[in-house]
Amino acid sequence: MENFLTFFSFSDPNVRYVVLGTILLSASAAMVGSFILLQKKALVGDAVAHSVLPGICAAFLFSGTKSIPLMLLGAFTTGWLALVAIDYLTAHSKIKKDAAIGLVLSVFFGTGIVMMTYIQQSGNAAQSGLDHFIFGKAAALVGSDLLVFSILAMVILITVSLFFKTFALIAFDRAFAQALGYPVRRLDLLLTSLTVLAVVTGITAVGVVLMAAMLITPPAAARYWTDNIRRMVLIAVLFGTFAGLAGAYISYVAPAMPTGPWMVVVSSLIAFFSFFFAPRRGIVPKLYRQRKNQRVIAEENAMKVFYHLGEQGGNFTGQHNLQALMGQRDMGAANLRAALHRLQAKGWVTVQHGQWSLTDDGVGKAAKVVRLHRLWELYLTQYMAIAADHVHDDAETIEHILTPELERELEHQLGYPDKDPHDTEIPKG
Amino acid sequence: MIAFWIILTGALVAITCGLLGCFLVLRKMSMVGDAISHAVLPGIVIAFLLSGSREPLPMLLGAGATGLVATFLIAYFHRRAKLQTDAAIGVTFTFLFAIGIILISAFAGQVDIDQDCVLYGEIAYVPIDLWITASGTHLGPRPVYILSSVLLLVILFITLGYKQLKLTSFDPEFAAAIGISTSLWHYLLMGAVSLTTVSSFESVGAILVIAFLIGPPATAYLLTRDLRQMLWITTGLGVFIAFTGYWLAYWLNASIAGCMAMVVGVCFLAAFVRYRVTTGAKTVLTSAA
Repeated sequence: MENFLTFFSFSDPNVRYVVLGTILLSASAAMVGSFILLQKKALVGDAVAHSVLPGICAAFLFSGTKSIPLMLLGAFTTGWLALVAIDYLTAHSKIKKDAAIGLVLSVFFGTGIVMMTYIQQSGNAAQSGLDHFIFGKAAALVGSDLLVFSILAMVILITVSLFFKTFALIAFDRAFAQALGYPVRRLDLLLTSLTVLAVVTGITAVGVVLMAAMLITPPAAARYWTDNIRRMVLIAVLFGTFAGLAGAYISYVAPAMPTGPWMVVVSSLIAFFSFFFAPRRGIVPKLYRQRKNQRVIAEENAMKVFYHLGEQGGNFTGQHNLQALMGQRDMGAANLRAALHRLQAKGWVTVQHGQWSLTDDGVGKAAKVVRLHRLWELYLTQYMAIAADHVHDDAETIEHILTPELERELEHQLGYPDKDPHDTEIPKG
Repeated sequence: MIAFWIILTGALVAITCGLLGCFLVLRKMSMVGDAISHAVLPGIVIAFLLSGSREPLPMLLGAGATGLVATFLIAYFHRRAKLQTDAAIGVTFTFLFAIGIILISAFAGQVDIDQDCVLYGEIAYVPIDLWITASGTHLGPRPVYILSSVLLLVILFITLGYKQLKLTSFDPEFAAAIGISTSLWHYLLMGAVSLTTVSSFESVGAILVIAFLIGPPATAYLLTRDLRQMLWITTGLGVFIAFTGYWLAYWLNASIAGCMAMVVGVCFLAAFVRYRVTTGAKTVLTSAA
């Protein structure tokens, strides 16, 4: 608790730097990442992250010191070259995007490693700590670096905000953007440059391998909560910021713990939660809805059984045992029994000594399903010219879905009919 | 002798990765190799903590298990949550890699593994890792034996399943129609990729595994339209790259894995230029006619 208070009062300047740094980095990465994700280029971030290594090494070889601005410039140059190379390879040969990304990634990174080993053997004392760029060390952020990173992050945030609408348009409908006269290729290049910038700023905190996560994971999670791009970007930035804060806090409380990997783990957990539980697109709500639909269908089918038996016997509230019901329609004994108990709870069927019957409310409900079934059969024979003996299966499916509006429309189109194509009566609504 | 063992190891990895890589490139799944080679880290650390040694068998089992977990998670998020493939790959492997680094930091005193060995491996140590029998006879480096058996397994897998792999790569609908299970062959291929990645990474590192999985097959893909030829060209390139990469590293006195990756890039570039020139010539001819 004490740790918690000290951390969140931000009285320690080191805490302030690290927190501010990680928040800026994760927010700008999440923002750019959203557009890359929507363009289905998520793994490009991974390629850029690996490709900055030769640039960093070249800058170091050139200057002999660990000058942050110079190394950022080097990183930006090779990262940008890598992205352009990927685009060129895919546009001008039969090489696909995935192969181009993997190839560029490994060749650039391999070149970087060669330069790195060369530097290590050169005996320059200033080289120690150069590998922070590969594996990341957010806790090593100091005041002067922070200024550089903050400026870069602000540049990203402002540029994306200015071009928000255009980027959104290109992500969703490229051809339309082109037709409207937007300079799509130049805007692509701008987004590319912003991606590289985001990677270059973020890499010091999380390192080469995990940088991809900062770009991909928060937007992928955000996508599950909304269909609106503004909200998606906002949620992605919030997730990213929260992950950054959590990572910084964990490594503050337990100094042996690295900040970057914890940021990634926290944002992955948010993403997993979203994949499973996000209201509309999550796996669990989807399964729940599916189950609910299956139950409704089973119930409606059970009521139809009563109705058909009623038509045969001339008494819609007649009593039937399970065998008789199963004889009319084999929907599985367990399934039927479960449906009957649910219908009983709703007050649409009653049971006495193992004999089931529809209540008056139940008759109305059953009549409605049968009515939709027969209206649809009639519609298919009259308007689609399908033979009367071919329309049953289709009607079996649609009867559970038709809305009251469609029902009225069907009736109107068919001239308020009395009989279906099999010459049986259509129950009145 | 040292040079011989290193080049042999490099060539074995290059051929094994390249043969499987051909199918990955054709199926547009190259980045799965990248994902698996990073995702094995937590498995290695856990195997190390449990067994308390760097014995190859527990390491292979641990890494193989996480490799399969990674492929399963990617497929699960893609199919059930309808997450786009590239995002599913990105989210999964970074998560597993992060867990691996956290485990290393948490058990820093007990784990003799660091991230750079996972990323760029230590092919230079291969000749030291000797297999010495109880009677004291030297049988050569241990990784060479492991990698040779994996290569044999992969060759066996591809020869026996050539038809199935080819059909499921080029025409999955047709394959399914004649009764070949596409998901069975998907998981078999993924299993083979996991096994290869895992047995190779300790000697050559994740980066070179990716370079060998994608580079030679992509190069061969530009040079031929025939799958058999593609596999042969990949094999030849693998040996060439291992050889040239080693001498480049020797000459520059730099990382062997890094140099081999650079040679992969040079080979691809050469093939790409040839491809552009020949297709360019074809375009001129057709437009002239």
